[in-house]
Amino acid sequence: MTAITDKDLESVVIRFAGDSGDGMQLTGTQFTNATALHGNDLATFPDFPAEIRAPLGTLAGVSGFQIHFGSTQINTPGDQSDVLVAMNVAAFKVNIKNLKKGGVIILNSDGFDSKNLRLANVPEDQNPINDGSLADYDVKIVDVTKITRAALADSGMTTKEIDRCKNMFVLGLVYWMYHRPIENTLEFLRTKFKKNEAVMNANIKVLNAGWNYGETTEMFANRYTIAPAKMESGVYRGIMGNQAAALGLISASVKSGLPLFYGTYPITPASDILHDLSKYKNFDIKTYQAEDEIAGICAAIGAAFGGHLAVTGSSGPGIALKGEAIGLATMLELPLVILNIQRAGPSTGMPTKTEQADLNQAMFGRNGECPVVVLAAQSPSDCFTLAYEACKIALQHMIPVFFLSDGYIANGAEPWKFPNSADLEPINVSFAKERAATDDKFMPYFRDEKLSRPWAIPGTKGLEHRIGGIEKQNVTGNISYDAANHELMTHLRQEKVDKVADFIPLQTIDSGEESGDLLLLGWGGTYGALRTATAQMIAEGYKVSHAQVRYINPFPKNLGEILGRFKTVVVPELNNGQLVKIIRDKYFVDAIPYNKIQGLPFMSHEVIAKIKQILD
Amino acid sequence: MTAVVEKLTAKDFSSDQEVRWCPGCGDYSILKQVQTILPDLGRPKEEFVFISGIGCSSRFPYYMDTFGMHSIHGRANAIATGLKATRPELSVWVISGDGDSMSIGGNHFIHMLRRNPDINLLVFNNQIYGLTKGQYSPTSEQGKVTKSTPMGSIDYPFNPIALSLGADGTFVARTMDRDPKHQQAMIRRAYDHQGTSLVEIYQNCNVFNDGAFEIYTEKSSKKEQTLMMEHGQPLVFGENNDKGIKLDGFKPIIVDLNDSSVNDLWIHDEEDLVKATILSRFYDDPAKGDHFPRPFGVFYVNNHKDTFDKLFNDQMAYAKEKMGKGDLDKLIAGKETWVVN
Repeated sequence: MTAITDKDLESVVIRFAGDSGDGMQLTGTQFTNATALHGNDLATFPDFPAEIRAPLGTLAGVSGFQIHFGSTQINTPGDQSDVLVAMNVAAFKVNIKNLKKGGVIILNSDGFDSKNLRLANVPEDQNPINDGSLADYDVKIVDVTKITRAALADSGMTTKEIDRCKNMFVLGLVYWMYHRPIENTLEFLRTKFKKNEAVMNANIKVLNAGWNYGETTEMFANRYTIAPAKMESGVYRGIMGNQAAALGLISASVKSGLPLFYGTYPITPASDILHDLSKYKNFDIKTYQAEDEIAGICAAIGAAFGGHLAVTGSSGPGIALKGEAIGLATMLELPLVILNIQRAGPSTGMPTKTEQADLNQAMFGRNGECPVVVLAAQSPSDCFTLAYEACKIALQHMIPVFFLSDGYIANGAEPWKFPNSADLEPINVSFAKERAATDDKFMPYFRDEKLSRPWAIPGTKGLEHRIGGIEKQNVTGNISYDAANHELMTHLRQEKVDKVADFIPLQTIDSGEESGDLLLLGWGGTYGALRTATAQMIAEGYKVSHAQVRYINPFPKNLGEILGRFKTVVVPELNNGQLVKIIRDKYFVDAIPYNKIQGLPFMSHEVIAKIKQILD
Repeated sequence: MTAVVEKLTAKDFSSDQEVRWCPGCGDYSILKQVQTILPDLGRPKEEFVFISGIGCSSRFPYYMDTFGMHSIHGRANAIATGLKATRPELSVWVISGDGDSMSIGGNHFIHMLRRNPDINLLVFNNQIYGLTKGQYSPTSEQGKVTKSTPMGSIDYPFNPIALSLGADGTFVARTMDRDPKHQQAMIRRAYDHQGTSLVEIYQNCNVFNDGAFEIYTEKSSKKEQTLMMEHGQPLVFGENNDKGIKLDGFKPIIVDLNDSSVNDLWIHDEEDLVKATILSRFYDDPAKGDHFPRPFGVFYVNNHKDTFDKLFNDQMAYAKEKMGKGDLDKLIAGKETWVVN
């Protein structure tokens, strides 16, 4: 028997790819959890088709999951993969271009039969397995289907049921290759299939078979060790963006003492927030799946009027439908949080693909002068922080607040050094107090130093008042068509947003010097790619810095001053240039746009190439 | 010692805002009847909330000295559902019109009826768009000549009562602006019902659709053209109460009480959905011969369906009882954590 050599690696990128029914997302998620528990830093990128079961074996049906993990800091899921696991020809064909030269391919040979070749449009007489086209790679051909069926021959299960366990074989094998702990997946299978022991045992058996296959065949000369990352000390968990957003909302509800009401309508990629929140009714989290997007936000407005922490969530097309109601909330001056988990648009666009093209919509997408606060999360775990912030600002300023995320960070995962609830900033809310008949008349639009009006909830004696979408007289809240009052109210609604700048953190430089030749100014989910690119540029001796804007309306007060310290400002965005226009308009700097509109995140090498093109 | 509940008057429910409907508008009567009923309900003023959408009727909340929201077109039902779900102890009312509820807000209208929150929904049906100055509405009769239909409207109208029954409304009634007593009775019944109470109110728009319901409201024709339904009573109408409705199988027929016994007549049963459905189809054009009289009163009541707000809050209570109060730190930490030293 050939000795197996153990090699140390700093970081690895693995891409699991298969048919959308092959369970690749589950395989990837399990590998992610095991890797997180092992102590590596990591970032993931699930990449799947919109169809739940796209035509079997076709290029359109390929579902992928990429994970980048290492003993050093990991900011992105990786530009190219070191290892490609391909369950069939289509998965191979779609993903081979992103495999590094010399990388490892683990092929399920059963997925390369004539039928799969035909479905993936491979010309006749060609088969990557034996036509010599893969000479540059380290190819491992494994008949996953055959081995799985053999392992479960006595299980009494049907072939169809048996074939559903294939992904566990691959997972077991890859666990073996990378010395991952297997226990958490065993525990997962025991819980998931606790009502179906046969399926549970079958999956466990196949998982072990995959591990043993690595151990006993002579196909694998190497195993790899990736030491735990040197991360800041503390307690960590793995987190995905949508999960983090839900936790941020729940935390804000608990810390403010207000029950949360989430009015929404299912839409990709925002629905997981509804799924998550609906599980936590015992935290006083009330979820409402409305008849449509408009009813979702309107019910939330009703709940806000009644004194709840009110939230609505959607993606771009749903936000478009909510536009009029966001205007209403702005006029009512009630607290409301609006989540937009962005996807590629316009219209239906590409629902499962990421984009950052709804910034203009958040900033300007309503009739009339209708400013709202806009925050944008930069990473999966940052969704927690900014969802919490969005609630805090909405409640303390009596104002609608947009929380922007995107499909990339919503479904991406990373380790998270989570906070203690006691350390979260307090959210102090007080309702207007009851009044006696002898008190002065209640003035619903009387403003405090933040310019916000009192929150006077129904059921409070002496506070009876009417609000609505028609322009209100300042202070009294009566209907007013007075010319000067309308201008005053328009300015007040703007100043209310502007004043939020006094309550948010100053902008910081994320990496690089405080001044220099070039500043990469990003926002949202591009954070990891820009951070990686910046580190590389600095290592090469360039004077490049990176700042990621998380508070977009209003901007942090020092942003203009930071921009002035760099010779060149580049604004990379996954859109056709939206933040860059706001920056140019507000600060009069000649910021350079850098745009990608492919439904895919930036690769750090693309960003590096762009910077070099500008600087060299 | 019980607290003395101060007896309120209609005036207490009247806000300081000048009422700005056109002189002669049917809305004045509805406002007056609501303000008359509320003091009798024995609830403090601060517990009432009136929510409206857009349209002439939707100005209503401004004239009520209660909590109120004049929202956006068609959405009052959605807003009210959110409020009632979260604050079930409040008395929530929606004021809407035929365009607001059945055109732009049609979706929220049927879904609120389906969910059945304990909300009182007063739909002022004037069969016209008044606020936008006279276009046909989803309840305008076919052939209606308006500003937007100079050659006559080609749309078939909705039958609001049939629509409400079709959406499984649990309280469905019709009344008219010109009959204050009947209106008050219907509004009171709507309030007393646990669940969504739909009251369609025939309301005259004397500027853009004057006389649309004259045949039902004028003394000279009212008795002949209307059927005032009362639970447990035979369906009798006519100038001298000389006509009645009989059921021949599922087929209603009009009989002359001079040759027929009142004992053979259809006895109105508010809890009978099949019969309510038949009555809802008494919707003929009164210009046609052999038409049925237009029914007023309660078509249908279902007292056996839980309200949305009850189910919503029961589930919350059950979750808390079953899972116990949530521990935020446990939730944030999740199931799997690891320590970095």
